[in-house]
Amino acid sequence: MHQKTIAELAAGLRAGDFSSEELTRHLLDRISGLDGKLNSVITLTEQQALAAARAADRRLQEGDAGPLTGIPFLHKDIFCTRGVRTSCGSRMLDNFEAPYDATVTEKLAAAGAVMLGKTNMDEFAMGSSNETSFYGPVKNPWDLERVPGGSSGGSASAVAARLAPAATGTDTGGSIRQPAALCGITGIKPTYGRVSRWGMIAFASSLDQAGPMTRTAEDAALMLAAMAGFDERDSTCIDRPVDDYSASLGSALNGLKIGLPKEYFGEGLDASVGAAVEAAIDEFRKLGAEVKGISLPNTSLAVPAYYVVAPAECSSNLSRFDGVRFGYRCENPKDLEDLYVRSRGEGFGAEVKRRIMVGTYALSAGYYDAYYLKAQQVRQLIRDDFVKAFEDVDVIMGPTSPTPAFRLGEKADDPVTMYLSDIYTIAVNLAGLPGMSIPAGFVDGLPVGLQLIGNYFDESRLLNAAHQYQQVTDWHTRVPEEFK
Amino acid sequence: MEWEAVIGLEIHAQLATRSKIFSGASTAYGAEPNTQACAVDLGLPGVLPVLNAEAVRMAAKFGLATHATVAKRSVFARKNYFYPDLPKGYQISQYELPIVLSGYIDIDVDDEGSKRIGITRAHLEEDAGKSLHEDFHGETGIDLNRAGTPLLEIVSEPDLRSAKEAVAYMKKIHALVRYLEICDGNMQEGSFRCDANISVRPRGQEAFGTRTEVKNINSFRFVERAINYEIERQIDILEGGGEIVQETRLYDADKNETRPMRSKEEANDYRYFPDPDLLPLELDDAFIEDVRASLPELPDAKRDRFMEQYGLSHYDAGVLTASRELAVYFEATVEASGGEGKLSANWVMGELSGLLNKEGKDITESPVTPDQLGGMLKRIQDGTISGKIAKQVFEAIWNGEGDADAVIEKKGLKQITDPAAIEKIINEVLDKNPRQVEQYRGGQEKLFGFFVGQVMKATQGKANPGEVNKLLKKLLNP
Repeated sequence: MHQKTIAELAAGLRAGDFSSEELTRHLLDRISGLDGKLNSVITLTEQQALAAARAADRRLQEGDAGPLTGIPFLHKDIFCTRGVRTSCGSRMLDNFEAPYDATVTEKLAAAGAVMLGKTNMDEFAMGSSNETSFYGPVKNPWDLERVPGGSSGGSASAVAARLAPAATGTDTGGSIRQPAALCGITGIKPTYGRVSRWGMIAFASSLDQAGPMTRTAEDAALMLAAMAGFDERDSTCIDRPVDDYSASLGSALNGLKIGLPKEYFGEGLDASVGAAVEAAIDEFRKLGAEVKGISLPNTSLAVPAYYVVAPAECSSNLSRFDGVRFGYRCENPKDLEDLYVRSRGEGFGAEVKRRIMVGTYALSAGYYDAYYLKAQQVRQLIRDDFVKAFEDVDVIMGPTSPTPAFRLGEKADDPVTMYLSDIYTIAVNLAGLPGMSIPAGFVDGLPVGLQLIGNYFDESRLLNAAHQYQQVTDWHTRVPEEFK
Repeated sequence: MEWEAVIGLEIHAQLATRSKIFSGASTAYGAEPNTQACAVDLGLPGVLPVLNAEAVRMAAKFGLATHATVAKRSVFARKNYFYPDLPKGYQISQYELPIVLSGYIDIDVDDEGSKRIGITRAHLEEDAGKSLHEDFHGETGIDLNRAGTPLLEIVSEPDLRSAKEAVAYMKKIHALVRYLEICDGNMQEGSFRCDANISVRPRGQEAFGTRTEVKNINSFRFVERAINYEIERQIDILEGGGEIVQETRLYDADKNETRPMRSKEEANDYRYFPDPDLLPLELDDAFIEDVRASLPELPDAKRDRFMEQYGLSHYDAGVLTASRELAVYFEATVEASGGEGKLSANWVMGELSGLLNKEGKDITESPVTPDQLGGMLKRIQDGTISGKIAKQVFEAIWNGEGDADAVIEKKGLKQITDPAAIEKIINEVLDKNPRQVEQYRGGQEKLFGFFVGQVMKATQGKANPGEVNKLLKKLLNP
C-alpha cells in the first residue's frame, strides 16, 4: 500500500480495496518502525489520524468523497495545528500547542485528508540540510549519512521513504524544491500569494509559500488544488480562481518552449548533475518541446539579495518569541532584560541567531539604504530578467541543486557554502514565480532534481510538463533500498 | 535676553471603530484584562494583519477636514522594539508614506486673533497594550485589550509659540475629531493623548534650540502647565550657561514639574521597513470624494454660519460651536424659541452653561432640553415673563418642576404689564417714600434706581421693567 500514489490510493479507497483506517494504521506502523533511521517525524498524531480516517471512511461510504478523502499525509511542523504541538523545529516552540489551525491545515482536513503527524524541519525554516533542527538532523533515505536537504527535510525524507504518499512543505529560498531534488521526489512551490500563509509560522513574509511534496506530478496537482485558494485572513493572498490542475495534466507538449539559462549551467554545477539534467531535457525534446538558451543576467545577485531580505524580515518576524506570552521561557528570570536575553538566547539555535543578527544589521540606521533597500531594488532586476525571458519561452529549466545530497556535517560549519546550495532556487522566490522540482536521474546512487520555473500562476503548465515527463521516465518510481 | 518658545504637538487619537485596526477583536473600553485580544492581537505564531477599512475612512475624513492631502498611496511600516505590551515586538505604523500630509488648522488665542497652525502629517498605527505597574508586587501586569486599537497620530508643525497656543490647538483638534465622529476624545480613558515637543531659542534666532519631549499629558490644563514648566526650566538652564539634554520627560501633575523618564536612556533604533504582510494602501478619487461628501459641517464653517445666520459675534459663535453637541443644542433651542438667535445664545452661554459647570455636567447631560429652553425664551419674547423672572423659571425647569408654562402658572410668575396696575404700585411707592422723592426731584438722579427696586420688590419682580421705567419717569417728573 505504501508504494501507491495518491491517485492509486484514492482509486483503491473508492473501490473498497481497503479502508482509510487500514491504510492509516499501516503507515503509522511503518513510521513507528522505520522513522528511527530518518528522524523525519517530530510528533505522531495517532489518535487524531485514526479518528480522521474513520470519518473519511464514512464519507467514502456515503459517496461524499473527493480526491483526497482518506488519504494520509504528513504536515510540516511549521503549520499551526489546533491542540497539537507546533514546534517549527525549535526549542522555542517545543511547548507550544497551537490554539488554532492554519488555513492549509483546515483545507486539507476539509478535503478529508488524514494527518499522520508533524514533520521535522530546519529550525524556523532556516537551512538547506535539516541539520539545524532542535530535534536533531533528518537523514536522507537514499544514504543515511547524507542530508535530505532543507528546510522541508522531514517531509521530503518521509515521502521518499514511503512513510506517507504526500507531505506539506514550505519554500522561502528553495525549501520544497531542494529537498525534493535531494530525496528524489516531486515538490512544487506555487506562485507567491496562491496559497494562504495564515497559520504558517512566518520566516520571510514576502518570500514564504506552502506547497505539496509527493512522488508524482499527478499527486502534486491533487494536493495543490486542495491547498490553494483565496483567504481573506492573509492580505498577501490573491483573489483568483484556482485552476483545475488535474485537468490539464494530459496535454501534449508539442511546441512547448523551454529556456535554459546559461547562468544555471556554469561554474559551481557538479558535472554529473549537469549531465543528468541535460539528459532530462533531451526527454522534453523528444516530447516535442523546443529548447533554447536564454540568459538571466542578474542571477549572481540572487543569493546576496536574498540573504539581506530574508534575514531582515525574519529578524522582525521572530521578535514575538520573547518568553512573555507563549513558548520557551528561561528559568527564574531576574528582570525583563534577563527574561528576553536568556529566553531568546536559550530558545533559538545558532543559525536562527545568525540570521536575526544579519537582518537586524541590514535594517539598522545608517545601513538600511545600503542593504535592505538596495536588495529590494536588486530584487526588481531579478524579477525583470524573468519577465523578459518569459516573453520568449514558456518554462525555464535547469538543475534544482548544484550537487546531490552532501554528507551530514559537511557544510554545517560553513554557512556561506550552505547558502550557495540554493543558488538555482532562490531567484524564483525573489521574483514570486512558481517553481517545481522533479526526479531526473541519479549520480552515484543519489537523486538529481530537475527544476521547472513557470510564469506567474502558470502552475498548470509546470504540472503538465512534469507529468508528461513522468509518463516516459521512471526516476520518480525508484524507492530507496531500505524502505521498500 | 528675550526667549521664544517653539512647540510642536503629537496627538494620538484612538479611532472610534468597533474593531481593531488589524483584527476583528472589539475595541470597547473597560473589559476584563486580556478578554479582548485575539490571536492576531497576541502576536501568536502564524497570524497576519488585515486592515480595517473604517479606520482608513476616518483618517481620510481627518485629512479632508484639515485641508490636507489624502495620499493616494501610503505604506504600512514596522516599528521594531521590545516591550512586553507590544506582542509582536514591532508596532505596525506608517513611516515614509503616511496617509495624510500637509494640512492646517486655524486657532483663536485670546488676544491674538486667528493663527494658522500647520499639520505636518497624520498616520495610522496600532496601539500597544497596557502595562500596569501597581498592584502586582514588584511585577508588572500586561493587559493586551488595547493592543491593536487604531490610532491616528497627528503631528503639528513646530508653529506654536506658547502654552496657550498649544492648548488652543489641542482643543481645536479635540473638537474636530469629535465633530467628525472619528474619536470620542475621552482623555480619562486614553482615547486622546498628547505629547509635546518643546524647545526655546533667543528671539530672532532662526535655528531651533534642543528640544525635549514631554509625554502622555491627559488634560488641557496639564498641557498648559507642563509646557510652561518646561519652558521655564529650559530658560533657567540656558541662562545659567548650561545645555538642554535631548530627552523624554514625564509630567508630574502633583508636583507640577517634568522629570526625565525612568526607563533606560538607550536611543531606540526602530529599524523601520515596509510591512511585507500588508499591501500598500491605494485610494482612488472616487473614494476620497465619497469621504468628502460624508463630512459634516465643520466647526469653522458652522461658526461662520452662526455669525451670519444668527447675528452672533465671532467669539460667541466660537463658543457655541466648540462642540458639536453644544452647537446642535443651540440650534434646536433657536428653533424651539421661534428664531431667537441672540437670546438663545445668551441663555445657552450664560445661565445654562453656568449651571452645567457648577454641577460638572456636559451639555448632553443637561436636564433642560432645547425644547424646554426654547419654550421659555418664547415667553420672554412675548412678554409673559421678564428676563429676570425667567431665571427663576429656568431653575425650576432644571429641577424638574415642568415646562415653562407650567412653572409660570404654578408660581404665578406672569409679568405685570398693565400700565394702570403699574402706575398704581408706583404711586404707592412714591407715597411711601416722600423724602426720596423730594431728593430725586431736587437733583439726585441716582435715586431712580432706588424707586425701580422698590417697585420690583412690591411686585416680586414681576413688573415689566420697560413699563416701570417709562411710567416711573413720567410720575417722578410731572
